[in-house]
Amino acid sequence: MPLLDVDYMLGLVPILLRYLPLTLQMAAVGMALALVLACGLAVIRVLRIPGLNAATLLFISFFRGTPLLVQLFLFYYGLPQLLAFLTQINGITATIMGLTLHFSAYMAESIRAAIVGVDRSQTEAALSIGMTNGQLMRRIVLPQATRVAVPTLMNYFIDMIKATSLAFTLGVTELMGATQKEAAGSFLYFEAFITVAIFYWLIVELLAWVQRRLETRLNEAYRR
Amino acid sequence: MIKVEGLIKRFGGQAVLDGIDLAIEQGEIVVIIGPSGTGKSTLLRCLNFLERPDAGRLTIGDLNVDVTRATRADILTARRRTAFVFQNYALFANKTALQNIAEGLIVVNRWPKERAHARAREILERIGLADKADAYPASLSGGQQQRVGIGRAMAAQAEVILFDEPTSSLDPEWVEEVLGLMKRLAAERQTMLVVTHEMSFARDVADRVIFMEGGRIVEQGPPDQLFRAPQDPRTRDFLRQVLATQVALDVPD
Repeated sequence: MPLLDVDYMLGLVPILLRYLPLTLQMAAVGMALALVLACGLAVIRVLRIPGLNAATLLFISFFRGTPLLVQLFLFYYGLPQLLAFLTQINGITATIMGLTLHFSAYMAESIRAAIVGVDRSQTEAALSIGMTNGQLMRRIVLPQATRVAVPTLMNYFIDMIKATSLAFTLGVTELMGATQKEAAGSFLYFEAFITVAIFYWLIVELLAWVQRRLETRLNEAYRR
Repeated sequence: MIKVEGLIKRFGGQAVLDGIDLAIEQGEIVVIIGPSGTGKSTLLRCLNFLERPDAGRLTIGDLNVDVTRATRADILTARRRTAFVFQNYALFANKTALQNIAEGLIVVNRWPKERAHARAREILERIGLADKADAYPASLSGGQQQRVGIGRAMAAQAEVILFDEPTSSLDPEWVEEVLGLMKRLAAERQTMLVVTHEMSFARDVADRVIFMEGGRIVEQGPPDQLFRAPQDPRTRDFLRQVLATQVALDVPD
């Protein structure tokens, strides 16, 4: 018997490819929602909006302070007992919810730091020519903050893609769930899990490549 | 015309501007001199509402407001009528030279992009940087950045351009090109209020020189009079100290 059943691994590829879209979907929707939420939280923190600021701090503290797996179980198994309308919640929705809340807490802090890090002279120059606060944010501060925030945000996105694998604990058959089922049928655990590991690895490498190109473009204005 | 009456600004209880009265005619070039920390920059920043004054009246064209009651709209109007040139240039780091000049026209004046860019190219031509249109600030020399900063102020077509020590951050080699551009603007009778330590610029270009100390205007007059026959002992002391290190101008005791 060969050390590695390569044929089995190759056979697994088309099966796993069928579940790849779900994994990517959960990550993409989670990331989009997390970005919107994180921007909102960051602005609340930057402007120190009374009341909301304290709520934001509590939110960030909780979602950074507890494991993602615990949060997922809380949403999927726990909340429906408390709130009847959530009995409809499926594993995919619960996963997206968990990823969104969990990662937005981290992302809010890096977005806030990026906004605060934009030099004060940039704000003054924009105000001096008569820009409103909204125009100043849109045209000057956020574009400059984006450049600073993108590398860390991309890291969170990469993290989030890998974290979608936790959805299998909520009964979702995505990349990891499918692999688990295949492995349980064939008993070829090593082959199955190394194949799915390579799947994740390739996705992340692809993203890292996108990240490098994006950073080069964002840094264009700052080359001497 | 720009008019300031009884302007007061305090920082932590300390009056940095202690009742400033000042009127500038259209086309007038006014230079403010004085020791560091006497409120010269603060005065400019108050005219632009980068600092909120604590008392006083401000008139710019048909805008006439009690500064403590200025609404958001009043503040925007004041800013649109006063262009600011910063000591550290403060160009928008994410925008090219052309975009820096066109930005206000597009965002504030709501010009179509093509028209704003055409105007920005005219200005780049006038400031001698036509070939740097697409260069980002990081790739420009200090002198070039400040010329773009002045170009941005020119584009605003404000009632007055406020220059806050425009050459103080520059390496000596770039000072002349910036002063040269300011002299050309002065020759075109662009209304200017300039805070500077360049005494030769004040002497050669200003219609009126103001000496400030301790948050007050101590003395003012045409450069000939202020430099040759300063009346106040504080003015005399300051000029003697400064001129000892700059161009030789004879100051009587």
